[in-house]
Amino acid sequence: MRRGVGRAVLFVLVLAALWGLWEGYRWLWIREAWTWPFIVNDTSMPHLHTIFQALWSSARPGGVGPLLITILFHAALFTAKEAAVGFALGAVLGFALGALLAHFRILARGFLPWVVASQTVPILVVAPMVVVWLNPKLPGPLQDWGAVAVIAAYLTFFPVTINTIRGLLSADRRALELMRSYAAGNWRILWKLRFPAALPYIFAALKVSATASVVGAIIGELPSSIQDGLGGQIINYSQYYTTQPTGLWATNVIAAALGITFFLIILVAEKLVVRRAPENVA
Amino acid sequence: MSVVQIKDVTKRFDETTALQGIDLEIEPGEFVSLIGPSGCGKSTLLRIIGDLIQPTSGAASVNGKPARQARIDRDYGIVFQDAVLYDWRTVAKNIALPLELARWDRRRRTDKVKEMLELVELTGFESHYPWQLSGGMQQRVSIARALSFDPALLLMDEPFGALDEMTRERLNMELLRIWEASGSTVVFVTHSIAEAVFLSTRVVVMSPRPGRISNVISIDLQQPRTATTREDPRFFEHVTEVREALHLGHDLERAPV
Amino acid sequence: MSSTPTAVQPVPRGGMGRLVGRRMVDWLPAVIVLVGVIALWEILIRALDVQAFLLPKPSEIARTLWDTRHELWAAGWFTFQEALGGFLLGSGLAILVALVLARWRALGTALLPFAIAANAIPIIAFAPITNTWFSPLNKSSKIVIAAILCFFPVLVNTLRGLTSVNPRALELMHSYAAGEAEIFRRVRIPTALPFIFTGLKVATVLAMIGAVVGEYFGGALNALGVLILTRARVFQFDEAWAGIVVACLMGLALYIAVAAIERLTLRWVPSTSE
Repeated sequence: MRRGVGRAVLFVLVLAALWGLWEGYRWLWIREAWTWPFIVNDTSMPHLHTIFQALWSSARPGGVGPLLITILFHAALFTAKEAAVGFALGAVLGFALGALLAHFRILARGFLPWVVASQTVPILVVAPMVVVWLNPKLPGPLQDWGAVAVIAAYLTFFPVTINTIRGLLSADRRALELMRSYAAGNWRILWKLRFPAALPYIFAALKVSATASVVGAIIGELPSSIQDGLGGQIINYSQYYTTQPTGLWATNVIAAALGITFFLIILVAEKLVVRRAPENVA
Repeated sequence: MSVVQIKDVTKRFDETTALQGIDLEIEPGEFVSLIGPSGCGKSTLLRIIGDLIQPTSGAASVNGKPARQARIDRDYGIVFQDAVLYDWRTVAKNIALPLELARWDRRRRTDKVKEMLELVELTGFESHYPWQLSGGMQQRVSIARALSFDPALLLMDEPFGALDEMTRERLNMELLRIWEASGSTVVFVTHSIAEAVFLSTRVVVMSPRPGRISNVISIDLQQPRTATTREDPRFFEHVTEVREALHLGHDLERAPV
Repeated sequence: MSSTPTAVQPVPRGGMGRLVGRRMVDWLPAVIVLVGVIALWEILIRALDVQAFLLPKPSEIARTLWDTRHELWAAGWFTFQEALGGFLLGSGLAILVALVLARWRALGTALLPFAIAANAIPIIAFAPITNTWFSPLNKSSKIVIAAILCFFPVLVNTLRGLTSVNPRALELMHSYAAGEAEIFRRVRIPTALPFIFTGLKVATVLAMIGAVVGEYFGGALNALGVLILTRARVFQFDEAWAGIVVACLMGLALYIAVAAIERLTLRWVPSTSE
């Protein structure tokens, strides 16, 4: 119990220290009028509390209408939907392909190097194009967000595949021999030994993919300027930056919160499912 | 003057008493084995001599100095069960490690490494990397490294425990040859009764809970020991003596029924 | 009675094969798949008569790549500089910070939750802000994004390497009365090297992506990301794809460069595998 309190106190202290660092940097740079690496003023580095104030005030100048945080929250939900659907799709496909390649070595020899190489293919680079190309082809209700979900699925698919293979093949050889000595069939071995052994690896991939899905969703929204999502809001507020810098910073805060939320969900799921110490992040 | 002097050493870890009231003196040139079941504190005692662990009470001294000073002056070399060779260094550079730390110049280091390799009969393997050597060879490098600065004392923590029986017996003979050639004192932790009897001048029998010395047995077999020593009837007598001492120590800690 | 040495024969060094590290037989199935996919792509498009401007044939992409090579090379080089700058900046800082955190563990444990949280943030969303700090036309705005993206993977991997030392190796150093600095120099850093390279390889990929995608939020006209985006917007897909191919190639080049340095540095590891 005491350790939990100690940790919480430490957390708050570090948070306060970071806040202090921001304000301190700002104060010093303005006072000395330093221009490297960039000029510091209310536009480039607003006070942190003004950002939070902006969240809780009206989005429109003049002070009427919905709160900024409400607008951004809905945008975040929209993006979250795209990311979540894509993530789920990619995870399921990735796991299936991984299990397949782990079982049929010859397929693995042919496809695995490309699965690995595809991680160097910058899918985020391709994202806007894919969205532009795919959008018209999708059925009505899926338009607007379906293409973005595909991006998220792609980002999730490959890390999950690779880690599934690594995980399934990571079972201790002696544990395998033990199972065979019990005359356990292949399915049994998969379920009782390989799969639990693979879980830590799979979750490591899922944690990375959760974040990647959110990033992919935001990037995917850019070219079509889908107004409903966070990507659209970021473009929106970046245009008004000089008059209302806090708006853009606010969208970043919400985007960060979204990424962290996705990550935490996976973290909690891992703690529930994997009944040993979860692997270190990254 | 004794090389190692342990006075009333006690070591507690949280709730467990690893060692209690240990008194031991080791004279120069001796080969002393510490033997006992798991938990008797033999490895802990070895580390206290080496100042890698500090006793809760009591004192250990080496060469007449406190253990800490002896460590700083590098008066001993240590060999672990795992050879602990650095993968990124060649055999020669691994042996030279303590010499580099002692700031020897290159010429002196190269000569010493050559001398050590001859001592452990690994000449020609200077540029090999640890992964290219067998387990037995890695341990020999580890021993060469431990002896590279001619310490008066050699501490060994079950160095041959991870090797097969035949390699172990061969390395036992090697170790005795090296011991004679270098003239150092050896404190040797082991699980094996036969090994302890074969190698030592004295065997210290320890028992657990709390860790203490239950018996010290002098081994008066002929020096130098040879392959035939293992077939000497006196060898078997000593082995029995040690075994019975171990059982006695063990029984003492069993609660009366 | 001397013991016969039973050492393993050292693997012959040198030659391109060693640099690439695999035998032809291992590559063959993968090459077959690649050729197959490209051929299939070409055939399907011809056969199904897909509208050329939506998904161009590989042959057309190749032709466009050749035709616009000057423009593409200039744009590619511009963006590559951003990626390289970000990579060096981010990785360098990360290694320094890792050294500090490994030395003063208390600091590391306190900062760990924040590092994990920071890793989950979509850094790329920062691009518009860096664009205002430095003008969008300025390379620095993308260098910062790429640097932040590279920072965390390199930090985490380096830290993991610095702190995963065999406890026996530490005891050995203590028996030599070696100081912390010596231990760092002789044990922790060499142990960390394989981990550092793993992190660096991940960072090369992220650096390129960061530079190109950062430009999607606004950048110089002669930058690769801007080129890709503007061509895509006007449905000139063959030029857009050509740009993407260039981006991939540059990312791959950076990755291979780091991998080659790794092979040369880590010669003592029997197999530098993933």
